[in-house]
Amino acid sequence: MEIIQFLNTDGTLLDGAEVRLSDEQALAGLRLMMLARAADRRAMSLQRQGRFGTFGPVMGQEAAFAGSAMALDPARDWIVPQYREMPALLHHGYPLECWFGHFKGNAAAAEIPDDVRMFPIQISLAVQIPHAVGLAWGLRLRGLSGIVICYFGDGASSEGDFHEACNLAGIVKAPVVLFLSDNGWAISTPREKQTAGATFAERGPTYGFPGIVVDGNDLFAVHAVTLEAVERARAGLGPTLIEARTYRMGPHTTADDPTRYVDPAERAVWEARDPVDRVQRYLTAKGLWDDAAEETCVKEIATEVDDAVEAAERHAPPGVDDLFEHAYASLSPRLRRQRDALSRRVPS
Amino acid sequence: MTVMTMVQAIRATLFEEMGRDDRVMVLGQDIARLGGVFRATEGLLDTYGPERVVDTPLAEGVIVGSTLGLAVAGMVPIAEIQFFGFAYQAFHQIGAQVGRFRFRTHGRFGAQMTIRTPFGGGVRAPELHSDALEAQFVQCPGLKVVMPATASDAKGLLLEAIRDPDPVLFCEPLRGYRLLKDEVPEGDYTVPFGQLREARPGTDMTLVAWSAAVQIAEQAAERLINDGISAQVLDLRTLVPLDIDGLVRAVERTRRCVVIHEAPLSAGFGAEVVATLQEEAFYSLEAPVARVTAPDTPYPLAIAEDLYLPSVDRVVDAARMTVKG
Repeated sequence: MEIIQFLNTDGTLLDGAEVRLSDEQALAGLRLMMLARAADRRAMSLQRQGRFGTFGPVMGQEAAFAGSAMALDPARDWIVPQYREMPALLHHGYPLECWFGHFKGNAAAAEIPDDVRMFPIQISLAVQIPHAVGLAWGLRLRGLSGIVICYFGDGASSEGDFHEACNLAGIVKAPVVLFLSDNGWAISTPREKQTAGATFAERGPTYGFPGIVVDGNDLFAVHAVTLEAVERARAGLGPTLIEARTYRMGPHTTADDPTRYVDPAERAVWEARDPVDRVQRYLTAKGLWDDAAEETCVKEIATEVDDAVEAAERHAPPGVDDLFEHAYASLSPRLRRQRDALSRRVPS
Repeated sequence: MTVMTMVQAIRATLFEEMGRDDRVMVLGQDIARLGGVFRATEGLLDTYGPERVVDTPLAEGVIVGSTLGLAVAGMVPIAEIQFFGFAYQAFHQIGAQVGRFRFRTHGRFGAQMTIRTPFGGGVRAPELHSDALEAQFVQCPGLKVVMPATASDAKGLLLEAIRDPDPVLFCEPLRGYRLLKDEVPEGDYTVPFGQLREARPGTDMTLVAWSAAVQIAEQAAERLINDGISAQVLDLRTLVPLDIDGLVRAVERTRRCVVIHEAPLSAGFGAEVVATLQEEAFYSLEAPVARVTAPDTPYPLAIAEDLYLPSVDRVVDAARMTVKG
């Protein structure tokens, strides 16, 4: 299966590339990727200082999530994430401070704002794919024009939920984009141990919908194929499975040590395909990016990250009430008693 | 009031609520064209059409998982798991996802959805069709677990379940589907969760049960009259939420109690009832609270099920021991 690619690693476009991002959008996409990378680095550093929880860095995969999210309309479309898609969530309106709040472990600080159409960050692999299909199907039943993008990885594709959800999505023609980010690894398990198939995308047609392979480190190609899938979904033509080929440049999570299993030579190949560098080179050649622009951008981003970390850390830590408040819409007498008993032991 | 079987009451409730609220939809295996293997959804397809009455592929995980998504989209979905034993195929969705969705989103979203599922022994069904798994789901916070024992409660509790803002696992006793008949109120009739029902008054002891075991308890109470024992029968109706006050008040009065359920003994919901009574009514108890349950062995093939399930004889024996020592 052909791998769709628009942007060479040197920043030039391939023949026939149909970039669907304006220069302004390309600059915004670059800034989003740089913001995500800066936030990622800060989070890693905070985690090493004991000020942040376990999380999965997105380093190296920024284009896959920025490019795909830029194909959505945040005013009506939904994101159903896994856990590594920070740039997509930010683009969709999820505040960076909430992302810090989530992985810091404070649910109140992570609450999805009312006008942001996304499901919560999902740790259990692939379970969100059935949710996304149901959500997309329900939006159509409600007569709404929104579509759903669901993120998951190469590892999640081995779960039964992936199959069950694809199967149902095809049958009900759910307006959903199934975005599989193949980053080469499920913790230490390489892609070739997840499937003997040549691609993941080739499974799409077996469920009755298209499958596409795209260079996941190419902002423009990811955006264009996702936009096409979004348009298909919105037109009532059903799901698309997108396989974005990318590479996890960091550890699986902060608890992982990839030096035990990653071949440095392989990593170096992917380093040369860095998604941020490519767009910078493209914009530099167009006269839209230079050292001064980069310096300004880096400074702005650093402030944005500082502010987000500060806001997340300022949030009050959870109390006993937080354990109970959202377990049910209203508390049963038994739960009220449990809350009261626990409260007596914990000074407020 | 109309006399109905439980399955008729369930069908009528679904039919009426789909008429009142066009967000309500049903989905599951064989529920549309066939009307369900027990005909609980018969006739819905003709009236409400294929968008709201949906035959799904044979996949419990995605039936439950997509139901959560449908609920967030603003539908009010009712999924059917054809037999409770098949819920194991969806355990990760029910236990880890559906129940905790409100909590995981800090209240931003709820999951107003119902999972209906028939279960229980005594109908000579194949393997895994009869298992009583309710206690496993009681351990899944965020979920409500509802176990009607009569046709009238099946209606009142199902309507309450459909309208509840939280997800409800609604377990329907197979043995009662067509056997049980009682008067079912017409129209918009709900039974609140967390309020047990006194199925039979009595003064010497209390038999606690839910779902099909209530009938066993009632038959045992009838027999116990011959021993001069007046046995009260309580139908818990909902395990989550549990009517602790109703349970404790009743046992404080009779001072003796036997719990009956179809699930295996260890860590069955009977253990929760016993623990609650020893915490809340310890000084009222005149005898240890007894349990009459299935043994801690797998549910057997059909011919052995009468040996396995709680019987009237076993309940009568346990009640006599409790009263007379």
